[in-house]
Amino acid sequence: MFGDYSLGDLGAIFAMQGFAGLILFSVYVLMALGLAIIFGQMGVINMAHGEFMILGAYMTYLCSAFFQTYLPALFPAYFFLAMILAFCASGALGMLVEWALIRHLYKRPLDTLLATWGLSLILQQAYRSIFGAREVGVELPSWLIGSVQVTDSIEIPINGLFVMAVTTLITVGVALLIYRSRFGQQVRAVMANRPMAGAVGIDTEKIDRYTFGLGCGIAGVAGSAFTMIGSTGPTSGQLYIVDTFLIVVFGGAASLLGTIASAFSISQTQSTLEFFLSGSMAKVLTLLAVVGILMLRPQGLFTLKVRR
Amino acid sequence: MLQTAHPPLAKAPPLTTLPSAAPILSVEDLHAAYGQSEVLHGLNFQVAPGEIVAVMGRNGMGKTTLMKTLMGIVPVKAGSIRVDGTEIGALKSHARVAKGLAYVPQGRIIFSTMTVQENIETGLTVTGARKVPQDLYEMFPVLLEMKGRRGGNLSGGQQQQLAIARALASKPKVLLLDEPTEGIQPSIIREMGRTLKKIRDARGLSIVVSEQVLSFALDVADRVLVMENGEIVHESLRADIDEAQVARFLSV
Repeated sequence: MFGDYSLGDLGAIFAMQGFAGLILFSVYVLMALGLAIIFGQMGVINMAHGEFMILGAYMTYLCSAFFQTYLPALFPAYFFLAMILAFCASGALGMLVEWALIRHLYKRPLDTLLATWGLSLILQQAYRSIFGAREVGVELPSWLIGSVQVTDSIEIPINGLFVMAVTTLITVGVALLIYRSRFGQQVRAVMANRPMAGAVGIDTEKIDRYTFGLGCGIAGVAGSAFTMIGSTGPTSGQLYIVDTFLIVVFGGAASLLGTIASAFSISQTQSTLEFFLSGSMAKVLTLLAVVGILMLRPQGLFTLKVRR
Repeated sequence: MLQTAHPPLAKAPPLTTLPSAAPILSVEDLHAAYGQSEVLHGLNFQVAPGEIVAVMGRNGMGKTTLMKTLMGIVPVKAGSIRVDGTEIGALKSHARVAKGLAYVPQGRIIFSTMTVQENIETGLTVTGARKVPQDLYEMFPVLLEMKGRRGGNLSGGQQQQLAIARALASKPKVLLLDEPTEGIQPSIIREMGRTLKKIRDARGLSIVVSEQVLSFALDVADRVLVMENGEIVHESLRADIDEAQVARFLSV
């Protein structure tokens, strides 16, 4: 499959596909972070995570439309506000869902799977009713359009750089929050042992609600980033949820670094193979590799070395 | 035997070490159950400020259930638990900690992936303090040495000290210890007895410790309760304890 390209061409192809993969990687990392936090903390598998992401995408869309119509002067800066709004909207919905639905099901983990799946169907229909079945695109401000010419054959899109910067910022922020702040300490204590965390004085229910909100909020930001690489429809989230689960499992549960490493390897493999093969063949090969590695290393890529 | 009628009035005078003080922990007619099977059948006892009470009994007699019920991990079915006069039977665990209870569970259950310092800091949640008080490290110097290590990599005895330090961080009025000697080597058990009394003297808190090792209980406790099948069947001050009789309750 490489036969028709010269060595220089191949280098450029790998560089550019690698970069396209990095944008995918960004969306994956943000999605997987939220999912991993929620799963690690509460053991809840959130099947509606893709819909929380799409909520963020729709918020970004609304924001772009609003600024175009009413505040065209501020349009270049709208994306920052859109991301904050996406985070708040998805986070608030997440906290509401935790309060109304999830907290009643903590003792029945399989039921949370069904309940969140039902929720994802409800949300999809709600999006269809509110925003229509047609996919919508987001108008990007002009400074995000275009690309940086690195060499003759390598171009790097600016919006990709922007998405990656945002992802890096959020990942570092989440890492600091989980490993350095008092809140993160309480989250990890609840993760380690829920009844014991309560017995040292941690309000586990409050921590659960905020954690669920945080995970969903990050998915919202992922949705905001997603608007740059795809168009937003009611069912767009579905396409990402399976990959995201794969990333969380592949990375090793409860390891932030593992999640990032696995998101990176999966998105890069996917993106590079897509250029040479069809999209579905690329997916097949990626999945086969992941399944093979997981059979040899069921605990995932990274685990903590500690006596339990 | 102690039964439900009016135990504090009928039995209190010879059994309370500090007759003048109001009890810091008072349990009345406490029932607890796992689902339909009742495990605690109406317990009554009081703990005076600064008193160390050992709850003894064989495996499966309800000691751990009593501890978990006091802590809110097993729900109260009937009866009342009061800490310093405040009813806490309906509160969640974390709210009970705020009211002055602290808990060192059986098997210690420290947060094994978190560092020693972080483990202690989780205990600070209800106090709002941000720094581990220096006196905790003074009491357990080994924890200061190891404060950057993961809790799971400590030895059993060190983990026990960590669990006690974590509980003390919330500035409790009553410290509950569930079988602290389990899986700890004998020399450290004696050391622990001394530590518990030192903690009591330094902080003036009360301690309720469940125990199977009679020598340890006699070493630390001011008063001994014996549980059998979810009831308190024997109670005596250490001064006038009949060792042979208590030992009979503990033999299988």
